[in-house]
Amino acid sequence: MGVDTPGGTPRGTTLAAERGLPPERVALVDLLDRLLAGGVVVAGDLVLSIADIELVRISLRALLASVRDTDETAGGCEPPRP
Amino acid sequence: MSDIGVYLYAVTQDTGRAPPEGLRGVLGHEVTAVRRAGLAAYVSEVPLDQFGEEPLRRLLEELDWVEDVARSHHRVVETLSTGTPVAPVRLVTVYHGLDQVGDLLTRRRADFLRVLCRVSGRREWGVKAYATRPPERPPEGPASESAASGPAGAGHGTAESPGTAYLRQRKESLRGRREAWRSAAERAERLHAALGEIADGACRHRPQDPHLSGRDDVMVLNGAYLLDPAREPEFSEALAAFRGEGMEVELTGPWAPYSFTSLDLDTDPGTGTTGPGADTPEEGSDGR
Repeated sequence: MGVDTPGGTPRGTTLAAERGLPPERVALVDLLDRLLAGGVVVAGDLVLSIADIELVRISLRALLASVRDTDETAGGCEPPRP
Repeated sequence: MSDIGVYLYAVTQDTGRAPPEGLRGVLGHEVTAVRRAGLAAYVSEVPLDQFGEEPLRRLLEELDWVEDVARSHHRVVETLSTGTPVAPVRLVTVYHGLDQVGDLLTRRRADFLRVLCRVSGRREWGVKAYATRPPERPPEGPASESAASGPAGAGHGTAESPGTAYLRQRKESLRGRREAWRSAAERAERLHAALGEIADGACRHRPQDPHLSGRDDVMVLNGAYLLDPAREPEFSEALAAFRGEGMEVELTGPWAPYSFTSLDLDTDPGTGTTGPGADTPEEGSDGR
């Protein structure tokens, strides 16, 4: 029938009504889009920074895919402890 | 030399305020501020037996570890971004010591100010769009009786064998999907352009892998938009106008402006370049 909305929440009436999700509920995949591709990149006198995004992405990709399979039954990853 | 590194989360203008009481970063370590040149860099200590180059390569393969770090980083950035413009730093940026962080602020002051000025008073929103499947159901199987049960069953396979009918239906279904994808992709282009008109900045992340997003539908847009709150109603209307018709639209955010601070600061310690001397923050008008 209709197009179903994930989570069942009607969205988009006002952005202002959208509350940012608490950090522990933000989807990891959306977060990694930003943390691995955005942000100020400083090179130079570092111990290390993730410059080689491709490499990291590939291993994360494989990793997340394998985790997803078990996710359905196991109830997902725990949020980090404060 | 030491076995402790300094993890850098974000830079703000120095408001003189201390970091929020009890703010903890990666591995639960306390977040402190390094102040220099009117800027504040927020850092915490991290053990180099995890954040040194060798161990880090191994740990980046462990999802739980990566997720912990990403969420801790995000929590710190979120906390800092309430009340003052913030320039988040790329995940896992680790220095040898506080002095180096202070030097960074001094050397790249103009760059940081430019970024902070650009994102000041604005928030990032994420918009993901998916091509939804065409409404007709895929065939259930060769001898499916229910397929012929509809009242509009025009020609129920006069000479077509069940096997042929199945293949034909499959082909049609695939073609339908391809067309649905194409039309949604075009709509997504127009959506991105429309949102970009309203926003002060727009960029696209690569589409998320279905395994990662947990959705079968093809992602046709993974956009990020830097938005003045005053334009939010307009933005919302534009989104609403593009919903439906084979495309599903999801909004995420508001985010700290991660996608609009991807500035590359190449600070080669050897040459000790000071960068362009321009000290005046200018309105970031160039698209990226």
